[in-house]
Amino acid sequence: MNCELAETTIHGYFDGELDAVRSAEFERHLENCARCQAVLEGLESLRTQLQQSDLYERASTDLHEKIRKQIAQETTTAIVSPRLLWRRWFLLPAFGTLAGAALIAIMLFIIPSHRQSTLTAELIDAHVRSLQPGHLFDVQSTDQHTVKPWFDGKLDFIPPVSDFAAQGFPLVGGRLDVIDGHNVAALVYGRRKHFINVFMWPKRETESIADSSGSRQGYNWVSGHSGDMQIYLVSDAALSDLRELKNLIRP
Amino acid sequence: MLDPQDKIRFEQLVLPHLNSAANLARWMLRNRADSDDVVQEATLRAYRFFVNFHGGDARAWLLQIVRNTCYTWLQKNHPSELMTEFDEEVHQKPSANPETLAAQTDERQRLTAALESLSPRYREVLVLRELEGCSYKEIGEITGIPIGTVMSTLSRARERMRQTLTGVAGAAAKGVS
Repeated sequence: MNCELAETTIHGYFDGELDAVRSAEFERHLENCARCQAVLEGLESLRTQLQQSDLYERASTDLHEKIRKQIAQETTTAIVSPRLLWRRWFLLPAFGTLAGAALIAIMLFIIPSHRQSTLTAELIDAHVRSLQPGHLFDVQSTDQHTVKPWFDGKLDFIPPVSDFAAQGFPLVGGRLDVIDGHNVAALVYGRRKHFINVFMWPKRETESIADSSGSRQGYNWVSGHSGDMQIYLVSDAALSDLRELKNLIRP
Repeated sequence: MLDPQDKIRFEQLVLPHLNSAANLARWMLRNRADSDDVVQEATLRAYRFFVNFHGGDARAWLLQIVRNTCYTWLQKNHPSELMTEFDEEVHQKPSANPETLAAQTDERQRLTAALESLSPRYREVLVLRELEGCSYKEIGEITGIPIGTVMSTLSRARERMRQTLTGVAGAAAKGVS
């Protein structure tokens, strides 16, 4: 081993991450290499400096407190979900852009587990909410070139917007909605006499990418992903219709 | 929704790592007030997605969520900070102002300034390794850096840190003479 090779390896050695063979090999090099010995001392002293200068910042009592409270609240609101839903509903106008939000919400569930009932309840609630008069869309247009730019600047991502009228799913409009505390795009498609809500947001690291579907309270939902987007379709239309639309949306 | 048993498990497995979460976020965002908000948000997300935690290293699991929440926050509030990383590889730009650093007589302030002058990618591996004591495997899990690349990333981060600190020493010596 020469110094050039040792340049990176020395860090693995210093951190105790080399296997026995590489470690022994490095030690043989180190014995006769004043330069690497000096580097090693430097690493040691940097570590000592960093660890003994009181740099570690613990969570304050205040933060501990806040988080415990938040979790207790989360548990309570999950149980009395109707109240939570109303509260969220009242919050919407406060965000301005959301004033007329939520009409035909089709909420989809990704996670099949019954434990995900909070998200499920939230999605179905958004769907029902969207069916109330005046809440279906913020921008009403069958033109994808009108709907897509409308989202520009309102979200920190650009949802894919296409009209599938030729395939029997005409684009009706779009709106902003809030799911799980995040702004999401909701596209509204028609299917005969039904409305289908398509919710989209960028995939989050904790989300399962597995596609799933199900029914609840008379509504069907299908989840999937399109590129980096997580998508959920919710409607009282047939599951097969939802799957068909999902396959059209994702490339 | 988590059932009561899950809530207890969450409190036993995840909440003990709040200090680690707070420390990582504080160094990632370089600001205590912002990082408290981010830790709060990340912990809530962790709670909501706790069903997806199938055992294993709870600290690494939480820190991964915290770290990603930090990047989302940076992207939204300081996108330029993430852009500078491309430069980092190519240019040897002086990342800290030597005079500012030299003026910090206090060791803690000096190290803080040096650490904060590094790019987020370097800062995170240094904080995880030196302050948090994470193994390479854990660092890989938390940051998404391939395990084979953790060692070389750390080596570059330490080199940059050394340069920053000795640059300070050099500038200080010059100032005296």
